[in-house]
Amino acid sequence: MDILTLFIIVPIITIIALVFSKGLERSRLVSMIGSIIQLGMAINLVFAYFKERAVNTDIMVFNKDVVWFKNFNIHYNIGVDGISVALILLTAIVVLAGVFISWKTSELPKEFFISLIVLSLGVYGVFISIDLFTLFVFFEIAVIPMYLLIGIWGSGPREYSAMKLTLMLMGASAVLLVGILGVYFNSNADGGPLTFNILEIAQVNIPFAVQKLFFPFLFIGFAVISALFPFHTWSPDGHASAPTAVSMLHAGVLMKLGGYGVFRIAMFLLPEGALHWSWFFIILAATGVVYGAFSAIKQTDLKYINAYASVSHLGLVLFALLTLNKIAWNGAIIQSLSHGLLTALFFALIGMIYGRTHTRDITKLGGMMKILPFIGAIYVITGLAYLGLPGFSGFVAEMNIFVGAFQENSDTFNRVLTVLVVSSIVVTSVYILRLVGKIMMGPLQTNEVTDLPKATWYEKTGILLLMIPVVGIGVAPFWLSDMIMKSLEPFIQGVL
Amino acid sequence: MNFSSFLLMRQEILLLTIILLLLVAEISISKSKKQSIVHLALFLFGIHTIIGFFPMETGNLFGGMFRNTALIHFFKNVLNVGVFILLLQSADWLQEKIVDQNKGAEFFILLFSSLLGMYFMISAGDFLMFYLGLELSTLPVAALAAFEVTKRISSEAGIKLILSAALASGVSLFGVSMLYATSGSIYFDEIMAVISSTNLTILGFILFFAGLAFKISLVPFHFWTADVYEGAPISVASYLSVISKGAAVFILMILLFTVLKPLMHVWVNIIYVIAIATMFIGNLFALRQQNMKRFLAFSSIAQAGFILLGLITGTQLGTATIIYFVLIYIFSNLAAFGVVQAISLKTGKENMNDYEGLYRTNPNLSLVMMLALFSLAGIPPVAGFFGKFFLFTAAASEGYYLLVFIAVANVTISLYYYLLVVRAMFLRTSDQAIPYFKNKLYMRLGLLVTVVGILVLGLYSPLYDYIFELSKNLN
Repeated sequence: MDILTLFIIVPIITIIALVFSKGLERSRLVSMIGSIIQLGMAINLVFAYFKERAVNTDIMVFNKDVVWFKNFNIHYNIGVDGISVALILLTAIVVLAGVFISWKTSELPKEFFISLIVLSLGVYGVFISIDLFTLFVFFEIAVIPMYLLIGIWGSGPREYSAMKLTLMLMGASAVLLVGILGVYFNSNADGGPLTFNILEIAQVNIPFAVQKLFFPFLFIGFAVISALFPFHTWSPDGHASAPTAVSMLHAGVLMKLGGYGVFRIAMFLLPEGALHWSWFFIILAATGVVYGAFSAIKQTDLKYINAYASVSHLGLVLFALLTLNKIAWNGAIIQSLSHGLLTALFFALIGMIYGRTHTRDITKLGGMMKILPFIGAIYVITGLAYLGLPGFSGFVAEMNIFVGAFQENSDTFNRVLTVLVVSSIVVTSVYILRLVGKIMMGPLQTNEVTDLPKATWYEKTGILLLMIPVVGIGVAPFWLSDMIMKSLEPFIQGVL
Repeated sequence: MNFSSFLLMRQEILLLTIILLLLVAEISISKSKKQSIVHLALFLFGIHTIIGFFPMETGNLFGGMFRNTALIHFFKNVLNVGVFILLLQSADWLQEKIVDQNKGAEFFILLFSSLLGMYFMISAGDFLMFYLGLELSTLPVAALAAFEVTKRISSEAGIKLILSAALASGVSLFGVSMLYATSGSIYFDEIMAVISSTNLTILGFILFFAGLAFKISLVPFHFWTADVYEGAPISVASYLSVISKGAAVFILMILLFTVLKPLMHVWVNIIYVIAIATMFIGNLFALRQQNMKRFLAFSSIAQAGFILLGLITGTQLGTATIIYFVLIYIFSNLAAFGVVQAISLKTGKENMNDYEGLYRTNPNLSLVMMLALFSLAGIPPVAGFFGKFFLFTAAASEGYYLLVFIAVANVTISLYYYLLVVRAMFLRTSDQAIPYFKNKLYMRLGLLVTVVGILVLGLYSPLYDYIFELSKNLN
């Protein structure tokens, strides 16, 4: 079995094991073991990747190609580059942390963990696919469990949120399907056979008219899941209603599929289309960044604040990708990773606070630092990392993005937008610091019990799992940058 | 013509033998052993289904009236499998409700006669055989729809079906007579050679098309569907929506792609419009349905709209994707109807509200239903996704991107109402949830086969390759 297919096989085995396990204790144990194996494999993959990269100069390494539907030229074709490896590692970390955070899921635990693992299976599948069809299959597999996860285990208007989220995301993937078919039927523009293979299509000179027509389909199809303004409305409702681990996985991993798809598929396959349309979509992305940040200020529900912050920060990823600049691209991918970890941390902490105080309303919370020192301290650190304090991953990412967006081949239009977008950092500081000041440092609210249970071992493990890489990327970003930069080469040749 | 050439009609002869055997059995089995007629029929049809898979000669009979090709043979097998699953799912209902009224054998005889009609219809080499087959396949179903005579709604369904079916086949026959008037022949091959797009031919074609569109329940010929499905016994509704529709799609495809190919510039436009109307009307009406049978009726109208996306291409790719889609659709829809049947039989409940909290009490049934609905909605990795994706690919290969876009928009709409059922079963809890019950062996087998089909048919690619190969020699 090759090293990548295992990322499909192990979740499947975990799911089968879960089907036969009864009760919460058995289910969580099985999912924990499965997720630990996944994390081990992901770490192993990073080292193996460096080793392989030294001797192998292909765009995608660990390539494996099996014909699936031969009449359509559909293959089960997998391989990874530095970007996918980094995102696979992120996924493995967040999934394991998510399993720890859901340690006490009492209602239908088996089904919960199965859905969670199915979701992760879909995400891994997207990151390793080279074939557009396979990628699309995995993309949809990743989305559909969200309906059950939010609908069954969610809170508040869960049925509404689950339906809204599922329909918007599946609607987007329907748009994506049209785009994929458009690319597929033009992949023979140079006289070759029709193909779904990304690397082969990238070599084809697809006519400009076609690129112009289908780029928006591919772009919107992927970007909706990254909460592109004005298609972001599913995200705050979905996150607010979802159970903790699902919010973590969703904001931390699933929303990254959008940026990844935009970069790997839309821009890589249709570079001229990207050039033609970038001015339009970059306005949407920039609007999302600023709009998300301002919306976050007005919210009083912790989860809504975080959801709008995600809209803002993922807007930044799309913005960076659309500036068509390699430094900004590097920043975009680090931002994806950093945001994935930080937002997962945030949602985990919010879940813990909510689990103890039974409220997410910031007007009713205060002085958490005194009652829950561990959670409070981590919350402050996460907040600071989120607003881009040097020494954490957020700084590295945003620095790269803004430097890249402003420098080099940037024109006045992009620069003006960059200035606007940079201003969102200030707004981010406002809502983060206000939050920290109010609920962590502020006066104790009288109606609260003062002796809430301390963080348990599984919560701490989950938190530390996420915290370590945040600091790691912040302190030593070079190995990551190195891995990503090298993998950007084919994109630079293709698009720029 | 010698005796061995009759072997081309092996399937028809076998089925006719089964019908006669059942007739004899009905007379000879003593009253106390009436129940065994169900086992006997299942056994005989099971054998028939298996024998169907043995290789067969291809060729023509009766001077080209009857023909057999590899594709037709394959499709008859698909119908056989579908009917066999349907019988498994209906066995309990028959044993509990029907056999006591001494109508067990009648049910099978009528059902098999209708199936025999479909064999002749899809094997037809001229319009006479086609029309005979069409009638033979429709009339017994009308009797079946009114099978639960004690229920007023069932008799109403029977009357509704027979009246509209008679009208539809009359219109169709009128169209055929016009085609005969312009071409001077009723043989497909001869018509194909001389047909040209005069006004009379086009009028004839449109009338003829309306008759078949009625059977497939395409908009605007769909009005009978929901009422008949609601009134008829679930097995019969299931048969109408799966087997009957499948066979009609198949023969329509053959006729459009061969005999009526010269009129392609006409029918492409008709199908384009009808496809859009069928998808939208089927989906939008399904949104508000509470009764599961009506719900599945409108869902199956919408599915027929998707099939037209393959029909519009007129290519080998279109043929292959349609057959593949119909095959998968048979399994998915049978699974959904099977669950509705099981629940209705045990509790008499047929509304979506009644399904609330079903997962907590009957997890297996709910999972089957969810898989079936996901397959109908087209969500990977279940088979329905592959069927839909390939159909859309076929339409896109001829450049119908706008139609594909409308279709995917409809997929999203359809997802909403399929999820409503999932919501009732999984998300809601209820005090009056249907209590746990265990299905009998036949029903469990019937559901198991459909689930295996839903899971395997899509992922197992050689099947599609095989169908694609078969589609090569449509002519």
